[in-house]
Amino acid sequence: MSFAKLSLAEWIKAAQEQDTDFTDFCLRFQAAQLAMPADDVIARMEEMLKVMKLSIEEGLKGIRSKGGLVGGDACKLRQYLQRADKTLMGKFTGKAIVYSLAVGEANAAMGRIVAAPTAGSSGVLPGILFALKEEYGFPERELAKGLIVAGAIGMVIASRASLAGAAGGCQAECGSAGAMAAGAMVSLLGGDSEQAGNAVAITIKNMLGLVCDPVAGLVEVPCVKRNAGAVSQAIIAAEMALAGIRSAIPVDEVIDAMDSVGQSMHCSLKETAQGGLAVTPTGLALTEKIFGTDE
Amino acid sequence: MNIFDIIGPVMVGPSSSHTAGAVRLGNAARAILGQDIAEAIIGLHGSFSQTGRGHGTDLALVAGLMGWATDDLRIPQSFEYAQAAGLQFSFRHINAGDAAHPNFVKFWLTGLNGAEGQVAGASIGGGRVVISEVDGFPLEFTGDFPTILTLHEDRPGAVAEVTGILSKRGVNIAQMRVFRRNKGGLASMVLETDQPVDAADISAVAGLGMIKTVRCINTI
Repeated sequence: MSFAKLSLAEWIKAAQEQDTDFTDFCLRFQAAQLAMPADDVIARMEEMLKVMKLSIEEGLKGIRSKGGLVGGDACKLRQYLQRADKTLMGKFTGKAIVYSLAVGEANAAMGRIVAAPTAGSSGVLPGILFALKEEYGFPERELAKGLIVAGAIGMVIASRASLAGAAGGCQAECGSAGAMAAGAMVSLLGGDSEQAGNAVAITIKNMLGLVCDPVAGLVEVPCVKRNAGAVSQAIIAAEMALAGIRSAIPVDEVIDAMDSVGQSMHCSLKETAQGGLAVTPTGLALTEKIFGTDE
Repeated sequence: MNIFDIIGPVMVGPSSSHTAGAVRLGNAARAILGQDIAEAIIGLHGSFSQTGRGHGTDLALVAGLMGWATDDLRIPQSFEYAQAAGLQFSFRHINAGDAAHPNFVKFWLTGLNGAEGQVAGASIGGGRVVISEVDGFPLEFTGDFPTILTLHEDRPGAVAEVTGILSKRGVNIAQMRVFRRNKGGLASMVLETDQPVDAADISAVAGLGMIKTVRCINTI
Protein backbone atom coordinates (compact mmCIF):
# COMPACT_ATOMS: atom_id res chain seq x y z
CA MET A 1 0.00 0.00 0.00
CA SER A 2 1.50 3.36 -0.93
CA PHE A 3 0.87 6.80 0.51
CA ALA A 4 1.90 10.30 -0.47
CA LYS A 5 5.33 10.94 1.03
CA LEU A 6 5.29 12.91 4.26
CA SER A 7 8.27 14.88 5.55
CA LEU A 8 9.36 15.09 9.18
CA ALA A 9 11.61 18.04 8.26
CA GLU A 10 8.54 19.92 7.01
CA TRP A 11 6.65 19.26 10.23
CA ILE A 12 9.65 20.32 12.30
CA LYS A 13 9.89 23.54 10.29
CA ALA A 14 6.15 24.16 10.62
CA ALA A 15 6.37 23.74 14.40
CA GLN A 16 9.27 26.24 14.52
CA GLU A 17 7.40 28.74 12.34
CA GLN A 18 4.34 28.47 14.54
CA ASP A 19 6.61 28.93 17.57
CA THR A 20 5.18 25.87 19.26
CA ASP A 21 6.73 22.74 20.72
CA PHE A 22 6.64 19.55 18.69
CA THR A 23 4.14 17.80 20.99
CA ASP A 24 1.64 20.61 20.63
CA PHE A 25 2.21 20.84 16.88
CA CYS A 26 1.61 17.09 16.40
CA LEU A 27 -1.48 17.17 18.59
CA ARG A 28 -3.10 20.08 16.74
CA PHE A 29 -2.06 18.86 13.29
CA GLN A 30 -3.27 15.29 13.87
CA ALA A 31 -6.53 16.43 15.47
CA ALA A 32 -7.22 18.56 12.39
CA GLN A 33 -6.42 15.61 10.10
CA LEU A 34 -8.78 13.36 12.02
CA ALA A 35 -11.43 16.09 12.26
CA MET A 36 -11.57 15.36 16.01
CA PRO A 37 -11.24 17.71 19.00
CA ALA A 38 -7.70 17.50 20.44
CA ASP A 39 -9.08 16.28 23.78
CA ASP A 40 -10.78 13.35 22.05
CA VAL A 41 -7.53 12.34 20.35
CA ILE A 42 -5.79 12.43 23.73
CA ALA A 43 -8.62 10.43 25.33
CA ARG A 44 -8.32 7.74 22.64
CA MET A 45 -4.59 7.52 23.23
CA GLU A 46 -5.25 7.24 27.00
CA GLU A 47 -7.33 4.15 26.19
CA MET A 48 -4.33 2.72 24.30
CA LEU A 49 -2.19 3.39 27.39
CA LYS A 50 -4.61 1.38 29.55
CA VAL A 51 -4.19 -1.61 27.24
CA MET A 52 -0.41 -1.12 27.27
CA LYS A 53 -0.38 -1.09 31.07
CA LEU A 54 -2.40 -4.30 31.23
CA SER A 55 -0.08 -5.93 28.71
CA ILE A 56 2.91 -5.11 30.93
CA GLU A 57 1.13 -6.72 33.90
CA GLU A 58 0.24 -9.76 31.79
CA GLY A 59 3.86 -10.25 30.74
CA LEU A 60 5.09 -9.87 34.32
CA LYS A 61 3.03 -12.92 35.29
CA GLY A 62 5.77 -14.94 33.60
CA ILE A 63 3.54 -16.53 30.93
CA ARG A 64 4.99 -18.82 28.23
CA SER A 65 4.53 -18.16 24.52
CA LYS A 66 2.47 -20.28 22.16
CA GLY A 67 5.54 -21.71 20.44
CA GLY A 68 7.20 -22.19 23.82
CA LEU A 69 10.41 -20.33 22.93
CA VAL A 70 9.96 -17.26 25.14
CA GLY A 71 8.50 -16.21 28.47
CA GLY A 72 9.61 -15.39 31.98
CA ASP A 73 12.55 -13.17 31.07
CA ALA A 74 10.86 -9.90 32.08
CA CYS A 75 10.37 -11.36 35.58
CA LYS A 76 13.92 -12.67 35.66
CA LEU A 77 15.39 -9.25 34.80
CA ARG A 78 13.15 -7.42 37.24
CA GLN A 79 14.18 -9.69 40.10
CA TYR A 80 17.84 -9.36 39.19
CA LEU A 81 17.68 -5.56 39.03
CA GLN A 82 16.00 -5.47 42.44
CA ARG A 83 18.65 -7.54 44.19
CA ALA A 84 21.89 -6.70 42.33
CA ASP A 85 24.08 -4.14 44.09
CA LYS A 86 25.78 -2.95 40.91
CA THR A 87 23.39 -2.64 37.96
CA LEU A 88 24.64 -1.40 34.62
CA MET A 89 21.53 0.26 33.24
CA GLY A 90 20.26 2.62 35.89
CA LYS A 91 16.71 2.65 37.16
CA PHE A 92 14.97 4.31 34.21
CA THR A 93 16.51 2.15 31.48
CA GLY A 94 16.19 -1.00 33.59
CA LYS A 95 12.49 -0.44 34.07
CA ALA A 96 11.94 0.38 30.37
CA ILE A 97 13.70 -2.84 29.36
CA VAL A 98 11.76 -4.98 31.86
CA TYR A 99 8.44 -3.59 30.62
CA SER A 100 9.34 -3.94 26.94
CA LEU A 101 10.24 -7.61 27.49
CA ALA A 102 6.97 -8.08 29.38
CA VAL A 103 4.85 -6.75 26.51
CA GLY A 104 6.83 -8.77 23.98
CA GLU A 105 6.19 -11.89 26.05
CA ALA A 106 2.50 -11.10 26.46
CA ASN A 107 2.23 -10.63 22.69
CA ALA A 108 3.93 -13.97 21.99
CA ALA A 109 1.48 -15.65 24.38
CA MET A 110 -1.54 -14.28 22.48
CA GLY A 111 -2.22 -11.64 25.09
CA ARG A 112 -3.91 -8.32 24.27
CA ILE A 113 -1.49 -5.60 23.12
CA VAL A 114 -1.45 -2.36 21.16
CA ALA A 115 0.34 -2.72 17.81
CA ALA A 116 2.75 0.23 17.97
CA PRO A 117 3.56 0.26 15.15
CA THR A 118 3.33 -3.55 14.83
CA ALA A 119 2.61 -6.42 17.21
CA GLY A 120 6.20 -7.66 16.91
CA SER A 121 7.55 -4.29 18.08
CA SER A 122 4.74 -3.60 20.55
CA GLY A 123 6.99 -3.58 23.65
CA VAL A 124 9.10 -0.53 22.86
CA LEU A 125 6.69 2.37 23.46
CA PRO A 126 4.97 0.93 26.56
CA GLY A 127 8.38 0.17 28.09
CA ILE A 128 9.64 3.71 27.68
CA LEU A 129 6.39 5.51 28.50
CA PHE A 130 5.68 3.64 31.73
CA ALA A 131 9.27 4.02 32.85
CA LEU A 132 8.86 7.80 32.33
CA LYS A 133 5.68 7.70 34.38
CA GLU A 134 7.08 5.71 37.27
CA GLU A 135 10.59 7.16 37.45
CA TYR A 136 9.85 10.79 36.56
CA GLY A 137 6.17 11.20 37.38
CA PHE A 138 4.80 11.97 33.92
CA PRO A 139 0.99 11.97 34.07
CA GLU A 140 -0.88 9.71 31.64
CA ARG A 141 -2.20 12.71 29.71
CA GLU A 142 1.40 13.63 28.86
CA LEU A 143 2.19 10.03 27.92
CA ALA A 144 -0.83 10.09 25.60
CA LYS A 145 0.63 13.17 23.91
CA GLY A 146 3.88 11.25 23.59
CA LEU A 147 1.96 8.54 21.72
CA ILE A 148 0.60 11.17 19.35
CA VAL A 149 4.14 12.36 18.59
CA ALA A 150 5.20 8.73 18.13
CA GLY A 151 2.26 8.10 15.82
CA ALA A 152 3.10 11.15 13.71
CA ILE A 153 6.71 9.98 13.33
CA GLY A 154 5.44 6.50 12.40
CA MET A 155 3.25 8.02 9.68
CA VAL A 156 6.28 9.67 8.09
CA ILE A 157 8.24 6.40 8.20
CA ALA A 158 5.28 4.43 6.76
CA SER A 159 4.95 6.93 3.91
CA ARG A 160 8.66 7.02 2.96
CA ALA A 161 9.74 3.48 3.91
CA SER A 162 7.78 0.73 5.70
CA LEU A 163 6.79 -0.48 9.13
CA ALA A 164 6.54 -4.15 8.15
CA GLY A 165 9.31 -6.71 8.70
CA ALA A 166 8.16 -8.53 5.57
CA ALA A 167 8.83 -5.41 3.52
CA GLY A 168 11.81 -3.81 5.25
CA GLY A 169 13.31 -6.19 7.81
CA CYS A 170 13.40 -5.63 11.58
CA GLN A 171 14.84 -2.13 11.09
CA ALA A 172 11.34 -1.26 9.82
CA GLU A 173 9.61 -2.73 12.90
CA CYS A 174 11.83 -2.40 15.97
CA GLY A 175 13.87 0.34 14.30
CA SER A 176 10.76 2.39 13.64
CA ALA A 177 9.33 1.72 17.10
CA GLY A 178 12.62 2.90 18.62
CA ALA A 179 12.65 6.02 16.44
CA MET A 180 9.05 6.82 17.36
CA ALA A 181 9.84 6.37 21.06
CA ALA A 182 13.01 8.48 20.82
CA GLY A 183 11.13 11.40 19.25
CA ALA A 184 8.38 11.09 21.85
CA MET A 185 10.88 11.01 24.73
CA VAL A 186 12.73 14.11 23.53
CA SER A 187 9.44 15.98 23.18
CA LEU A 188 8.18 14.91 26.62
CA LEU A 189 11.48 15.88 28.25
CA GLY A 190 11.25 19.39 26.80
CA GLY A 191 13.53 19.08 23.80
CA ASP A 192 12.70 21.18 20.76
CA SER A 193 11.31 19.89 17.48
CA GLU A 194 14.72 19.76 15.82
CA GLN A 195 16.09 17.67 18.68
CA ALA A 196 13.15 15.29 18.27
CA GLY A 197 14.06 14.93 14.59
CA ASN A 198 17.69 14.25 15.49
CA ALA A 199 16.65 11.56 17.97
CA VAL A 200 14.58 9.86 15.25
CA ALA A 201 17.47 10.05 12.79
CA ILE A 202 20.08 8.76 15.25
CA THR A 203 17.91 5.81 16.33
CA ILE A 204 17.28 4.68 12.76
CA LYS A 205 20.95 5.16 11.84
CA ASN A 206 21.99 2.89 14.70
CA MET A 207 19.48 0.20 13.71
CA LEU A 208 19.91 0.44 9.95
CA GLY A 209 20.18 -2.93 8.25
CA LEU A 210 18.67 -4.98 11.06
CA VAL A 211 17.20 -8.11 9.49
CA CYS A 212 13.93 -9.90 10.31
CA ASP A 213 14.88 -13.55 10.85
CA PRO A 214 12.34 -15.11 13.23
CA VAL A 215 13.00 -18.69 14.31
CA ALA A 216 10.21 -20.92 12.98
CA GLY A 217 8.58 -17.76 11.62
CA LEU A 218 7.24 -17.00 15.10
CA VAL A 219 7.17 -13.60 16.80
CA GLU A 220 9.32 -14.98 19.62
CA VAL A 221 13.06 -15.41 18.91
CA PRO A 222 14.70 -12.90 18.47
CA CYS A 223 11.72 -10.49 18.43
CA VAL A 224 11.17 -10.12 22.18
CA LYS A 225 14.79 -9.27 22.95
CA ARG A 226 14.98 -6.95 19.93
CA ASN A 227 12.26 -4.85 21.57
CA ALA A 228 14.67 -4.41 24.47
CA GLY A 229 17.44 -3.54 22.03
CA ALA A 230 15.27 -0.89 20.39
CA VAL A 231 14.46 0.62 23.81
CA SER A 232 18.16 1.00 24.56
CA GLN A 233 18.87 2.58 21.15
CA ALA A 234 15.97 4.99 21.59
CA ILE A 235 17.21 6.08 25.02
CA ILE A 236 20.78 6.59 23.77
CA ALA A 237 19.59 8.60 20.76
CA ALA A 238 17.16 10.72 22.80
CA GLU A 239 19.78 11.58 25.39
CA MET A 240 22.32 12.50 22.70
CA ALA A 241 19.77 14.66 20.90
CA LEU A 242 18.76 16.41 24.14
CA ALA A 243 22.45 17.20 24.70
CA GLY A 244 22.44 19.01 21.36
CA ILE A 245 24.14 16.30 19.30
CA ARG A 246 22.91 16.43 15.74
CA SER A 247 22.56 13.80 13.05
CA ALA A 248 24.87 14.62 10.17
CA ILE A 249 22.34 13.11 7.76
CA PRO A 250 18.91 14.85 7.85
CA VAL A 251 16.08 12.76 9.24
CA ASP A 252 14.04 12.34 6.02
CA GLU A 253 17.16 11.18 4.19
CA VAL A 254 17.87 8.66 6.95
CA ILE A 255 14.33 7.28 6.56
CA ASP A 256 14.82 7.07 2.79
CA ALA A 257 18.08 5.21 3.39
CA MET A 258 16.18 2.73 5.56
CA ASP A 259 13.77 2.24 2.67
CA SER A 260 16.51 1.54 0.15
CA VAL A 261 18.34 -0.77 2.58
CA GLY A 262 15.06 -2.63 3.11
CA GLN A 263 14.53 -2.98 -0.61
CA SER A 264 18.00 -4.34 -1.24
CA MET A 265 17.73 -6.76 1.69
CA HIS A 266 17.46 -10.36 0.47
CA CYS A 267 13.99 -11.85 0.93
CA SER A 268 15.42 -14.63 3.15
CA LEU A 269 15.97 -11.85 5.74
CA LYS A 270 12.48 -10.34 5.58
CA GLU A 271 10.20 -12.39 7.85
CA THR A 272 10.40 -15.53 5.73
CA ALA A 273 12.39 -17.51 8.34
CA GLN A 274 14.79 -18.57 5.59
CA GLY A 275 17.90 -16.73 6.75
CA GLY A 276 19.84 -15.38 9.70
CA LEU A 277 19.04 -16.84 13.13
CA ALA A 278 16.14 -18.87 11.71
CA VAL A 279 18.49 -21.17 9.78
CA THR A 280 21.20 -21.62 12.40
CA PRO A 281 21.52 -25.27 13.51
CA THR A 282 19.66 -24.42 16.72
CA GLY A 283 17.08 -22.30 14.90
CA LEU A 284 16.33 -25.20 12.56
CA ALA A 285 16.23 -27.70 15.44
CA LEU A 286 13.72 -25.52 17.31
CA THR A 287 11.63 -25.22 14.13
CA GLU A 288 11.54 -28.98 13.78
CA LYS A 289 10.64 -29.40 17.43
CA ILE A 290 7.66 -27.02 17.07
CA PHE A 291 6.32 -27.96 13.65
CA GLY A 292 7.66 -31.43 12.97
CA THR A 293 9.64 -32.43 9.89
CA ASP A 294 7.05 -31.50 7.26
CA GLU A 295 7.74 -27.77 7.48
CA MET B 1 -3.50 6.85 6.98
CA ASN B 2 -3.71 8.46 10.42
CA ILE B 3 -2.00 8.11 13.82
CA PHE B 4 -4.41 5.37 14.92
CA ASP B 5 -3.23 3.23 12.00
CA ILE B 6 0.24 3.52 13.57
CA ILE B 7 -0.67 3.36 17.30
CA GLY B 8 -3.14 0.47 17.12
CA PRO B 9 -5.04 -1.64 16.58
CA VAL B 10 -5.62 -3.08 20.04
CA MET B 11 -5.28 -6.76 19.30
CA VAL B 12 -4.50 -10.20 20.59
CA GLY B 13 -0.91 -11.13 19.61
CA PRO B 14 1.41 -12.25 18.25
CA SER B 15 1.29 -10.79 14.72
CA SER B 16 -0.69 -7.94 13.19
CA SER B 17 -0.65 -9.62 9.78
CA HIS B 18 -1.02 -13.25 10.89
CA THR B 19 -3.43 -12.73 13.79
CA ALA B 20 -5.31 -9.38 13.63
CA GLY B 21 -5.49 -9.47 9.83
CA ALA B 22 -6.71 -13.08 9.96
CA VAL B 23 -9.53 -12.13 12.34
CA ARG B 24 -10.58 -9.34 9.97
CA LEU B 25 -10.55 -11.69 6.97
CA GLY B 26 -12.90 -13.99 8.88
CA ASN B 27 -15.08 -10.98 9.78
CA ALA B 28 -15.22 -9.98 6.11
CA ALA B 29 -16.16 -13.48 4.94
CA ARG B 30 -18.95 -13.67 7.51
CA ALA B 31 -20.25 -10.21 6.54
CA ILE B 32 -20.21 -11.12 2.84
CA LEU B 33 -22.14 -14.35 3.43
CA GLY B 34 -24.56 -12.25 5.46
CA GLN B 35 -25.53 -14.89 8.01
CA ASP B 36 -24.14 -17.11 10.76
CA ILE B 37 -21.87 -19.82 9.42
CA ALA B 38 -22.65 -23.52 9.82
CA GLU B 39 -19.70 -24.91 7.93
CA ALA B 40 -16.39 -23.49 6.74
CA ILE B 41 -13.59 -24.98 4.69
CA ILE B 42 -10.58 -22.73 5.08
CA GLY B 43 -7.82 -22.85 2.46
CA LEU B 44 -4.46 -21.49 3.60
CA HIS B 45 -1.83 -20.34 1.12
CA GLY B 46 1.83 -19.33 1.44
CA SER B 47 2.95 -17.97 4.78
CA PHE B 48 -0.54 -18.51 6.25
CA SER B 49 -0.13 -22.17 5.40
CA GLN B 50 3.50 -22.50 6.54
CA THR B 51 3.67 -20.53 9.78
CA GLY B 52 0.00 -19.97 10.48
CA ARG B 53 -0.27 -22.51 13.26
CA GLY B 54 2.46 -20.89 15.36
CA HIS B 55 0.91 -17.45 14.95
CA GLY B 56 -2.59 -18.59 15.86
CA THR B 57 -3.74 -17.70 12.33
CA ASP B 58 -6.04 -20.73 12.35
CA LEU B 59 -7.57 -19.69 15.70
CA ALA B 60 -7.89 -16.09 14.47
CA LEU B 61 -9.66 -17.05 11.22
CA VAL B 62 -12.25 -19.13 13.08
CA ALA B 63 -12.71 -16.30 15.62
CA GLY B 64 -13.29 -13.92 12.73
CA LEU B 65 -15.90 -16.25 11.20
CA MET B 66 -17.80 -16.00 14.50
CA GLY B 67 -17.72 -12.21 14.22
CA TRP B 68 -15.28 -11.59 17.06
CA ALA B 69 -13.07 -8.49 17.26
CA THR B 70 -9.26 -8.52 16.87
CA ASP B 71 -8.78 -7.91 20.61
CA ASP B 72 -11.14 -10.65 21.85
CA LEU B 73 -9.32 -12.50 24.61
CA ARG B 74 -11.20 -15.72 23.74
CA ILE B 75 -9.28 -15.99 20.43
CA PRO B 76 -6.80 -18.61 21.77
CA GLN B 77 -9.85 -20.82 22.61
CA SER B 78 -11.83 -20.05 19.44
CA PHE B 79 -11.90 -23.71 18.31
CA GLU B 80 -13.66 -24.77 21.51
CA TYR B 81 -16.18 -21.94 21.20
CA ALA B 82 -16.84 -22.79 17.54
CA GLN B 83 -17.46 -26.44 18.38
CA ALA B 84 -19.85 -25.45 21.17
CA ALA B 85 -21.67 -23.12 18.75
CA GLY B 86 -22.01 -25.88 16.13
CA LEU B 87 -19.69 -24.23 13.62
CA GLN B 88 -17.90 -26.99 11.70
CA PHE B 89 -14.56 -26.02 10.23
CA SER B 90 -11.62 -27.67 8.52
CA PHE B 91 -8.35 -26.47 7.04
CA ARG B 92 -6.71 -27.20 3.68
CA HIS B 93 -3.34 -26.20 2.36
CA ILE B 94 -3.88 -24.57 -1.02
CA ASN B 95 -1.62 -23.16 -3.71
CA ALA B 96 -3.15 -19.97 -5.07
CA GLY B 97 -0.23 -19.39 -7.43
CA ASP B 98 2.94 -17.31 -7.28
CA ALA B 99 1.06 -14.07 -7.88
CA ALA B 100 -1.06 -14.52 -4.74
CA HIS B 101 -0.10 -12.59 -1.60
CA PRO B 102 1.85 -14.78 0.89
CA ASN B 103 -0.86 -14.23 3.51
CA PHE B 104 -3.78 -15.44 1.42
CA VAL B 105 -6.87 -17.40 2.51
CA LYS B 106 -9.91 -18.74 0.72
CA PHE B 107 -13.13 -19.65 2.51
CA TRP B 108 -15.81 -22.03 1.26
CA LEU B 109 -18.81 -21.28 3.46
CA THR B 110 -22.26 -22.63 4.17
CA GLY B 111 -24.58 -20.46 6.21
CA LEU B 112 -27.03 -21.55 8.90
CA ASN B 113 -29.85 -20.67 6.49
CA GLY B 114 -28.28 -22.70 3.70
CA ALA B 115 -26.59 -19.90 1.72
CA GLU B 116 -23.31 -20.89 0.12
CA GLY B 117 -20.44 -18.60 -0.70
CA GLN B 118 -16.75 -18.34 -1.47
CA VAL B 119 -14.59 -15.47 -0.27
CA ALA B 120 -10.85 -14.98 -0.74
CA GLY B 121 -8.50 -12.28 0.41
CA ALA B 122 -5.15 -11.42 1.93
CA SER B 123 -3.73 -9.84 5.06
CA ILE B 124 -1.43 -7.13 3.76
CA GLY B 125 0.24 -5.89 6.97
CA GLY B 126 -0.59 -3.98 10.12
CA GLY B 127 -3.95 -5.76 10.37
CA ARG B 128 -5.18 -4.37 7.07
CA VAL B 129 -6.84 -6.74 4.60
CA VAL B 130 -7.91 -6.84 0.97
CA ILE B 131 -10.78 -9.02 -0.28
CA SER B 132 -9.92 -10.18 -3.80
CA GLU B 133 -12.64 -12.67 -4.75
CA VAL B 134 -16.31 -13.24 -3.92
CA ASP B 135 -18.12 -16.30 -5.30
CA GLY B 136 -15.44 -16.77 -7.94
CA PHE B 137 -15.70 -13.15 -9.05
CA PRO B 138 -12.42 -11.17 -8.95
CA LEU B 139 -12.77 -7.77 -7.29
CA GLU B 140 -11.02 -5.67 -4.66
CA PHE B 141 -12.01 -3.89 -1.47
CA THR B 142 -10.61 -3.34 2.03
CA GLY B 143 -13.56 -3.17 4.41
CA ASP B 144 -12.31 0.19 5.70
CA PHE B 145 -15.52 1.76 4.35
CA PRO B 146 -19.13 0.53 4.25
CA THR B 147 -19.14 -1.41 0.97
CA ILE B 148 -21.89 -2.28 -1.50
CA LEU B 149 -21.24 -5.27 -3.78
CA THR B 150 -23.44 -5.88 -6.78
CA LEU B 151 -23.63 -8.64 -9.31
CA HIS B 152 -25.31 -7.20 -12.38
CA GLU B 153 -25.72 -7.46 -16.15
CA ASP B 154 -22.91 -5.64 -17.92
CA ARG B 155 -24.86 -3.10 -19.99
CA PRO B 156 -24.89 0.68 -20.55
CA GLY B 157 -26.38 2.72 -17.74
CA ALA B 158 -25.95 0.14 -14.98
CA VAL B 159 -23.41 2.23 -13.09
CA ALA B 160 -25.43 5.44 -13.58
CA GLU B 161 -28.62 3.85 -12.25
CA VAL B 162 -26.99 2.56 -9.08
CA THR B 163 -25.04 5.74 -8.35
CA GLY B 164 -28.19 7.77 -9.17
CA ILE B 165 -30.16 5.94 -6.47
CA LEU B 166 -27.40 6.39 -3.91
CA SER B 167 -27.07 10.08 -4.73
CA LYS B 168 -30.82 10.60 -4.24
CA ARG B 169 -30.59 8.84 -0.89
CA GLY B 170 -27.70 11.04 0.27
CA VAL B 171 -25.02 8.34 0.22
CA ASN B 172 -21.64 9.68 -0.94
CA ILE B 173 -19.35 7.28 -2.81
CA ALA B 174 -15.76 7.46 -1.61
CA GLN B 175 -14.39 4.99 -4.16
CA MET B 176 -15.90 2.72 -6.75
CA ARG B 177 -14.67 0.14 -9.24
CA VAL B 178 -16.37 -2.12 -11.75
CA PHE B 179 -15.13 -5.64 -12.44
CA ARG B 180 -16.27 -8.05 -15.12
CA ARG B 181 -15.23 -11.38 -16.52
CA ASN B 182 -16.28 -10.70 -20.14
CA LYS B 183 -18.07 -7.96 -22.02
CA GLY B 184 -21.87 -8.14 -21.89
CA GLY B 185 -21.87 -10.90 -19.26
CA LEU B 186 -22.03 -10.50 -15.51
CA ALA B 187 -20.20 -7.66 -13.82
CA SER B 188 -19.67 -6.53 -10.25
CA MET B 189 -19.63 -3.03 -8.83
CA VAL B 190 -17.78 -2.32 -5.61
CA LEU B 191 -18.95 0.93 -4.06
CA GLU B 192 -17.23 2.19 -0.91
CA THR B 193 -19.30 4.86 0.79
CA ASP B 194 -18.75 7.55 3.40
CA GLN B 195 -22.08 6.95 5.12
CA PRO B 196 -23.35 3.64 6.49
CA VAL B 197 -25.76 2.01 4.06
CA ASP B 198 -29.13 0.84 5.43
CA ALA B 199 -31.54 -1.90 4.36
CA ALA B 200 -33.75 0.62 2.49
CA ASP B 201 -30.77 1.77 0.38
CA ILE B 202 -29.95 -1.83 -0.45
CA SER B 203 -33.50 -2.77 -1.42
CA ALA B 204 -33.74 0.33 -3.64
CA VAL B 205 -30.64 -0.84 -5.50
CA ALA B 206 -31.89 -4.43 -5.56
CA GLY B 207 -35.07 -3.24 -7.27
CA LEU B 208 -33.20 -2.20 -10.43
CA GLY B 209 -33.77 -4.48 -13.44
CA MET B 210 -30.18 -5.42 -14.24
CA ILE B 211 -29.20 -6.19 -10.65
CA LYS B 212 -28.83 -9.90 -9.88
CA THR B 213 -27.66 -9.63 -6.30
CA VAL B 214 -26.60 -6.83 -4.01
CA ARG B 215 -25.01 -7.04 -0.60
CA CYS B 216 -23.78 -4.60 1.94
CA ILE B 217 -20.72 -5.10 4.11
CA ASN B 218 -20.38 -2.64 6.93
CA THR B 219 -16.87 -1.69 8.01
CA ILE B 220 -14.90 -4.67 9.27
